[in-house]
This record gives sequence, C-alpha cells and structure tokens, in this order.
Amino acid sequence: MLDKNGIAQRIAQELQDGWYVNLGIGIPTLVANFVRDDINVVFQSENGILGMGPFPFEGEEDADLINAGKQTITAMPGASIFDSATSFAMIRGQHIQLTVLGAMEVSDSGDIANWKIPGKMVKGMGGAMDLVASADNIVVAMRHMNRKGESKLLPECSLPLTGVKCVKRIVTDMAVLDVTDQGFKLIETAPGVTVEEVKAATAGRLIVEGDIPEMQL
Amino acid sequence: MNKVVKNAKEALAGIQDSMTIMLGGFGLCGIPENCISEMVDLGIKDLTCISNNAGVDDFGLGLLLQKKQIKKMISSYVGENDEFERQMLSGELEVDLIPQGSLAARCYMGGAGVPAFYTPAGYGTEVGEGKEVREFNGKPHLLETALTADFAIVKAWKGDRFGNLIYKGTARNFNPAMAMAGKITVVEVEELVEPGELDPNFIHTPGVFVQRIFQGVNYEKRIEQRTVRVKA
Repeated sequence: MLDKNGIAQRIAQELQDGWYVNLGIGIPTLVANFVRDDINVVFQSENGILGMGPFPFEGEEDADLINAGKQTITAMPGASIFDSATSFAMIRGQHIQLTVLGAMEVSDSGDIANWKIPGKMVKGMGGAMDLVASADNIVVAMRHMNRKGESKLLPECSLPLTGVKCVKRIVTDMAVLDVTDQGFKLIETAPGVTVEEVKAATAGRLIVEGDIPEMQL
Repeated sequence: MNKVVKNAKEALAGIQDSMTIMLGGFGLCGIPENCISEMVDLGIKDLTCISNNAGVDDFGLGLLLQKKQIKKMISSYVGENDEFERQMLSGELEVDLIPQGSLAARCYMGGAGVPAFYTPAGYGTEVGEGKEVREFNGKPHLLETALTADFAIVKAWKGDRFGNLIYKGTARNFNPAMAMAGKITVVEVEELVEPGELDPNFIHTPGVFVQRIFQGVNYEKRIEQRTVRVKA
C-alpha cells in the first residue's frame, strides 16, 4: 500500500517534458515534489499563475501570491500571472496537458464525484467542473477505499457528480487503473498489494488481463 | 476627467438594500477590504453577492455574513467559513454554486456585452439542471448567461485618476472580469497615482471600465494558509 507521497510519486511518472499541468488540492499538490530533474513541467494554479514554484522560505511569504488552495507560494523564473477568465480560457481551451485531482468516488465509466455530500458537506466545486469537462488527460489521485473501508471505485457514483465520462486514469494507494469502455482496467499494483486484494477493493467492473506488473517507484 | 473619490464611503454612494454586488478576490487574496468594512458599517441588507468565495468567519465577506446582510451568494467555493455553512444548511442563505471558470466567464461576458455562451463545464451534473444543452464538435455544452452587477467592487495594486489599473500577483484573480461587469465599478487601490505614471503597455484594466477610484487605507492582507519551507 502506498502512502499519499507514494501516490504522488507514481503520478509524477506520468509527467512529460514541456507539459503544462494543473494540480488539485490535497495529494495532487504533492506531485510537484517528485518531478524528474531532466524534464521541464510548468504548474498552473487556476487562481491565475503558470509557473508556480515551491512554498516560500519563512519570512518571505507574500499575501498577494497564493495557489488555488490559498497557500502561500513562489513564482518560478518564467512564470506568468493572469486573471481568472484567462486562467479558465487555458483550461477550457485545452491548453493544459494534464489535470490531477482528488475524488470521493469514481465510476467505471469515468464519472467523478468530488464536490458535495448532500446535507453534510457543501463547499462548492471551485474549478473542478471546468477542469474535468475540458481536460483531455485527467488523472485521479485518491485512496482506493474510504475511511469506512468501502470502495471508492464504483459501478455508479452515489454522490452528486462533478463530471461525466472524463477520468482517464486513477492512481490509488493500491493500484493504477485506466478507465475503458469495459470498466476499470488494472495496469499496475502497488508494492505489497495483490491482484486479489485490488479485486476485493474495487466495486465497479474490473478487467485484469495477463500478468499485472508492480509499480516501480 | 477625475474619477477619484475620498474614501470607501464616497465610493459606495448610492449602494442600497437588495442590490447585486460583485466583489473581486480569491479567498482573502485581492479582496476590497475597505469597501467590505464600509458595507458592514452602512448596514445595507438583502444583498446578492457575486464573489468566488465567501471569506472566512471573521474577515472578508464573512463580516457581512455575520451581520446577516447577504440574502444570496453566487460563488464557486465556500469552504473555510462555518457561519456560511450554517446559514446555507439552515436555509437562511440562498446559495448558487457555479463552476469557477463559468463564474469568471459570466462576469467577463457581462462586461463584454455577450449575453450568454456555451461551456462544457457542469454538463451531466446538478449545475446543468434546467439549462439548455447543445452539442458542438460532438460534445455537449451548457448555455450559461452573463452576469452584471449594480456595483462591482474591485481591489487593485496601483491605479490612476482615469481608473487605469494594475494588479499585483495572484491578487488579480476575479478583479479584472468583475471590473468590466459593474453598472458602477468602484476600485480601491494601494497606491493612487497621476495619469502618465503607469506604463500604458502594462495596464491590466483600462480606465473605461471604472467609475470611481480611491486610495485605500490600513490593508490587513490576511493570509489564509501560511505555508513555508525551511532553509536547508
């Protein structure tokens, strides 16, 4: 089983040189810590910056420089800053190559739910609906099961949807899975996790073909 | 031409109960602190506020929520505010949550004279309920309408007497789009300068969109999530 850093590390392997990438709040934010040295990736934060850098050193925080999670950040050399309408023009216009976001549930047809638990938690969708509706390449970072031990990979989402048929790949603490027309397809298992364990933890349709390799971290 | 007014009180002359007000900012970054505080003092109520977020319990729009001055919020994300959540779940506060990109575009289009547009965001979700759907390039899109406001209240870094504005860092966020969409656009700046002092090549909001501008005071610029790293 991977911890959240392990999930982020595996997702970082998806990154390619020259890509513009939007990282959501939570585990996705950690992906920035695992970018290979030999590639250049530019991180977008939808509140209006391309070229988001690491957190500032203590004492150098700037209230006017934050990310979408409202955390203080720095700007990399070559960064650019813009307004919200322009920011979502680059998202909607598919100028961003990869979107990584968290989820509460994903269905085996690629639907995602991550913004609302009726009657309980209503924080809003923020930029997630714009991101999932437009991005070509969406990777979900999440734990395979919720705190109650129930699968988050379902035949149908039970929570209000954020987007339909949009998720391409899911990286969990147990596995890497792709969304196909026939359901979730198991691509890799996490170190120490068996195919049988992934099957037991996946409520949606799951395809297992041939030998499944273990993640190389 | 002189759009300069003395302070927030003068800038908000004519603001009334039940008006629709746009407020720039993302979280607490780039919010019009002086005008929010003036709105609290004025005690105007039944407001419809269009703002990406709703502040925190004791700052930003949270101050107006505490005094129950807001009837309806139009936002994309409202976490970090317990009073907001309480008023929403109890039904005291009407809330229209809309995708952030749609919110930005709806303000921009409101100011740009485009009454409606299609976007894929929210198709197949609650956001799409009751909205016209049309397919373009094989993909379903929702018809979203533009937003305008009686007052758009904006915070900029520098501005001149003609209303030309420059923002700093990610405090820009929703401010430029909202500046375009107000029947009356009010701007508070950290530094008010004379025309000619700002390089025309680097103006973010041209003065044509602005009706009133003033030199703000006592900026608190609160940080919501102070995150730092340790020097190695």
